[in-house]
Amino acid sequence: MSTPAEVVSPINTGPTGSAVKAVRRSFASPLASVLVILLTVLWTVPTFGLFIASFRPSGASATSGWWTAFAHPQLTLSNYNTVLFHSANFGTSGGIMPFLVNSLAITIPATLFPLSIAAMAAYVLAWVKFRGSDALFFFIFALQVVPLQLALVPLLQLFSGGAHIGTIALIPALNVSGTYVSLWTAHTMFALPLAIYLLHNFIAQIPRDLIEAGLVDGASHFRVFRTIILPLATPALAAFAIFQFLWVWNDLLVGLTFAGGSQAVEPLTVRLSQMVGSFGGRWELLTAGAFIAIIVPLAVFFSLQRYFVRGLLAGSVKG
Amino acid sequence: MSAPVHPFLAGTASDAASKLGQSGEAILIFFGVGLIIFVAAGRATGRLHRPMTITVLLGPALILLAVGLVIPAIRTIYLSFYNDDSTAFISGKNYTWAFTNHSAQQALINTLLWILIAPIVATVLGLLMAVLVDRLRWQSVYKSLIFMPMAISFVGASIIWKFVYDYRAPGRPQTGLLSEIVMKLGWHNPPDWILTHPLNNFLLMVIMVWSQTGFAMVVLSAAIKAIPDDIIDAAKVDGARGLAMAFRITLPMIRNTLIVVLTTVMIITLKLFDIIRTMTGGNFGTEVLANDMYSQTFTNFDTGKGSALAVILFAGVLPLVGYNIVLLRRERQIR
Repeated sequence: MSTPAEVVSPINTGPTGSAVKAVRRSFASPLASVLVILLTVLWTVPTFGLFIASFRPSGASATSGWWTAFAHPQLTLSNYNTVLFHSANFGTSGGIMPFLVNSLAITIPATLFPLSIAAMAAYVLAWVKFRGSDALFFFIFALQVVPLQLALVPLLQLFSGGAHIGTIALIPALNVSGTYVSLWTAHTMFALPLAIYLLHNFIAQIPRDLIEAGLVDGASHFRVFRTIILPLATPALAAFAIFQFLWVWNDLLVGLTFAGGSQAVEPLTVRLSQMVGSFGGRWELLTAGAFIAIIVPLAVFFSLQRYFVRGLLAGSVKG
Repeated sequence: MSAPVHPFLAGTASDAASKLGQSGEAILIFFGVGLIIFVAAGRATGRLHRPMTITVLLGPALILLAVGLVIPAIRTIYLSFYNDDSTAFISGKNYTWAFTNHSAQQALINTLLWILIAPIVATVLGLLMAVLVDRLRWQSVYKSLIFMPMAISFVGASIIWKFVYDYRAPGRPQTGLLSEIVMKLGWHNPPDWILTHPLNNFLLMVIMVWSQTGFAMVVLSAAIKAIPDDIIDAAKVDGARGLAMAFRITLPMIRNTLIVVLTTVMIITLKLFDIIRTMTGGNFGTEVLANDMYSQTFTNFDTGKGSALAVILFAGVLPLVGYNIVLLRRERQIR
């Protein structure tokens, strides 16, 4: 991607008369600028409004627009204090702090587990060929067609009741519904097809010589995987980790269903979604809560944007 | 700041410590067990080495995929032919219901509207940005800001936009940005946006477009930059420029990427659940397939109908992903 943008720009140094070029440039550029700036403003203002509203005093956002805050600046941090630790109005005593912790407690393992399992599988599928390994890889890749919804109910039933044929229990009741374990497991399972696919693309491109040299030296595949593959695949691992982190942190459906309605484990998205429903004009709390929920992914996104974009391109352009 | 020291604070801290402790413990156990297995399995030599490698490294993924995706998916298809508590076979009745019942029909029609409109608008805007932004100074700032909503959850996005669409009676001070703007522009009596059908569907689509345009922009921008210079130069020599260049060179060159972006956003749109759940709960004529599936299963406790809707969803996703796979494979073979 090192090609400078100007090279592909239609208005560029070509065998055109310089007058024509100048006219076209002066016409196209301001129009382009205006359009881009307009779109950018449109895209940013809603989030900005939320941000401002979250600092306005209780009741202010319900009686006047957030844009009036510039004329009468009166800002406070108390909404954050209230929504994090108090806000009994929303049906819990402790505010959203416990749910924020839940989100973190769910997201970190639910990122690391599929990452490790997928990296191992991707290595075997790429470098330890066996009969049917290519077909197997294609099958796993194709599993991306299965929408979460299609697997949801039976998996929930398995977690809560086990699996039976007639009266014979194939898998006993796991009793993990309403615990972190069910959320971690569900997120891991649903992440694997994309994870294996992305990591396989990368790991398969590692030079054969490096791996064979390791094996010739008498190292096992396990050793090669740990000492050669993992360090070299770091960019791909980072890209997927960011993806998965954002996906799990932002997820609503898995949190809603696999937490089994237990407030002890529900992630922040579930809580916020309920707050919107049961909310009665208390915009100052809702906006503060929403801002807390989006600041984490935004921080991850802005600090690791490069990896994020790379992952995006690997998944949807290259194949 | 009211209440500087909060009585729950101590409880909150110990709660947090114990929860994060559970996570840490799980991670330690996971990697501990993994390491032990690695060391143990690594000792296998000779003929055992390869099978051992394949079993240990690939086994966990295959078991999780089978238990978590393949078997449940098959079971959902099976359940869709059974009644609400899966005790009696009722053949295709759930599907007949899905296509004839008024509310389910509404969900299907809305979903169709969603996948036709939202992805196309997001892709076109993304393409426009990708073409225009590269000519400007500060392009990375614009790109980051347009791209930013992608990192925000649909729940967060819903709250952001619910605030924009907030309604107050015309005589009172307005709190929603949209009402304020249209009233300033001279529309003195705007409707209650989210309650007004069918307008509310399009207002909800705006959230999806807002969220996905950045994705389309980034991917298309990369594709445009990847067009070989000599092709551009040759076209210029032949006299192509401006719109002719865009429509006869740039667009055909990035055609596959355009289709991949479009279908990817379509798939996301088809599975759309969070926005509807958070904004309207499927009321006011905004029901879509994925939310209906959730409501049938978890509110009405009708596993049969819920499963049938999930299967219909799957049938919708299947050709899109299938086409993507074919396209990607073909592109790969060319390279």
